[in-house]
Amino acid sequence: MIQLQNLSKTFITSNGQLIAVDDVNLTVEQGEIFGIIGYSGAGKSTLIRLLNGLEKPTSGSVTVNGQEISSSSGQALRSARQKVSMIFQHFNLLWSRTVEDNISFPLEIAGISKTKRIERVKELIELVGLTGREKAYPSQLSGGQKQRVGIARALANNPEVLLCDEATSALDPETTDQILELLVDINKRLGLTIVLITHEMHVIRKICHRVAVMEAGKVVEMGSVLEIFQTPQQDITKRFVAQVNGPEEASQTIAHLIEQYPFGKLVKLVFVGDRTEQPILSRLIKQYQVEVNIVQGNITQTQNGAYGTLYLQIDGDTLAINQAIDYLHEQEVHTEVISHD
Amino acid sequence: MIENLLPNVDWEKMWEATLETLYMSAMATGFTFVIGLVLGILLFLTSPHQLWANKIVYWLTGAFVNIFRSIPFIILIILLIPFTKLLLDTIRGANAALPALIIGAAPFYARMVLIALREIDKGVIEAARSMGAKTTTIIWKVLLPESLPALLSGLTVTAVALVGYTAMAGIIGAGGLGNLAFLDGFQRSREDVTIVSTILILIIVFIIQWIGDAITSKADKR
Repeated sequence: MIQLQNLSKTFITSNGQLIAVDDVNLTVEQGEIFGIIGYSGAGKSTLIRLLNGLEKPTSGSVTVNGQEISSSSGQALRSARQKVSMIFQHFNLLWSRTVEDNISFPLEIAGISKTKRIERVKELIELVGLTGREKAYPSQLSGGQKQRVGIARALANNPEVLLCDEATSALDPETTDQILELLVDINKRLGLTIVLITHEMHVIRKICHRVAVMEAGKVVEMGSVLEIFQTPQQDITKRFVAQVNGPEEASQTIAHLIEQYPFGKLVKLVFVGDRTEQPILSRLIKQYQVEVNIVQGNITQTQNGAYGTLYLQIDGDTLAINQAIDYLHEQEVHTEVISHD
Repeated sequence: MIENLLPNVDWEKMWEATLETLYMSAMATGFTFVIGLVLGILLFLTSPHQLWANKIVYWLTGAFVNIFRSIPFIILIILLIPFTKLLLDTIRGANAALPALIIGAAPFYARMVLIALREIDKGVIEAARSMGAKTTTIIWKVLLPESLPALLSGLTVTAVALVGYTAMAGIIGAGGLGNLAFLDGFQRSREDVTIVSTILILIIVFIIQWIGDAITSKADKR
C-alpha cells in the first residue's frame, strides 16, 4: 500500500542543516496498522507528513497505492490527499464550524453536493458515536469528542490510508483507550490502512500489527509488535518496551528475586501467542512432584496475539525439578533457569 | 431654551454635516475593508513559510503598507490632491475625501488583518491542506471564518479612526462635522457649534464601537 524508498528530508535552519528523515525504507501493507515510535525530534512527524505530501522529500520516493506522492503536485496531489487523510494531536478542528460542518468540510473540498453531504455526515456521526452533538461547536466538546470529530472528518471521503499524528497524546488514558478501540474498529470494518506515530509504547502494543522504531531520523528497528516486545534489539527499543512492561526484567530485580527465594529453582518462562492460552502450569503441577510458586508475571495483549513472562519458583527433590524443567522445555515455551546452584 | 443655550447652531446644517460624515465614514470603511483585506491576505500568504511564500511580493506589499501607514493623515491629504483631481476632477466635497481616507486607512487595516491571520492555529491550515484544499478554498473557508472576530474588531477600530480622519479631511473642504466645527465653529468663534459637532462625532463613534463589539462577540464561537 505504501512504499518508502531511500527517503530523506533535510531542513536548512539558521543553525545549519538538520537531517529530519535519513534514508528510510519501509513498506506498509494493505489493511495493516503500522506504528512508528520515537522520542520527539526523532523525525517521525516529518516522516508522516511526507506520506501525504505536506512535506517534500529531499531525496527518495513515497508511493501510496501506486501513485508517487513525492513527485505529485497541484490537482493530482490534492486528489491523492483525499485518499490519504490525517488526524492530529491537537485535533485541528475549525472552531467557527459546528461538529457537522467540520465533518462536512472535506466533502465541500471534494465538491460533493449538499444533499449527499448531509447524508454522509449523518453516517459518519453515527460511526464515531457523536449522535446528538451535531450542532455543538468544538469549544463545547471534550478532547475525546474532538478527536472523534477529527476521525469522522478524516473518513469523510472514504480514504484508503489514515495517518495518525500523535492522535492520542493529548488525551487522558481512558479516552486514549476509547479512541484506540475506535481506530481498530475502523481498521477492521473498513479495511483501512492506518499509519500512526507516537511516543507511547502502549499505543503500539494495543493496536499496531507492525512497528518501526525511529531514532535521529533513521529507522533503527522494525518488525511485528510481538517480535519487538519479545526480543527488542536496540537500547532505545528496550526502553520503549520497558514503558509497557515495567522494569521487572532488569537484572537488579532478578538478583533480588534470587535472594528472596533461595530454595529450589527460579525459572523464567516466556509465552508467545497460543501458548498463553494452554494450561501448561496446571499440567506441570499434576504430573510432577514439585511445589510451584508464582513469583511474578504478566501477560501483554497485542494485535498479533498475547505474550507473557512468568517467574516460577520450583521446589522439591532435584530429580523432580529437573523433570519438570525438561517438561517445560518440551512445551516450546521459552524457558530459562535463572537460579543459583 | 436650546436656542438660548446654543444661539449659533443651525440644526439643518448640523444634520447635513452629520450625514456627510456618516457617508464618508461608511464609504471609506467599506473600501478600506476590501482593500485592507486583500493587502493583509497577500502579506500573510507571501510571508516566509506560508502557502505563497515570496520574498519580493512580501517586501513590496510590506513597503507599500508601511509607507502609507506612516505618513500623517493631514499630509497625506495634501500629497494626494493631484491624484484626487485626476480621479474625480475636483478636490471639494465628500467624494473627494474618499481617496485619501481609503489610502490612509487601508494599510492600517491591512496590518490588523495580518495580525488576525497570524493568530490562526497553523494546524488548522495544515489540516485543510491535508484534505486536499486549494489555496482559494483555504482563504474563504479557513482563513476568513477562523479570523472573523479579530477582523471585525480591527474593522471597528479602523472605522473609529476613519471618523477622526473625516474630521481632518473636513478642514480642507470635504464637508462633514469636522468641516463645520472648523469653519463655522473655530474660525467664527462660535464655541457652541464646535461643541455640538464634537458631541455628534462622539455619538457616532460610540455607536460604531457598540455595533462592532456586538457583532464581534456574536461571531466568536471559541
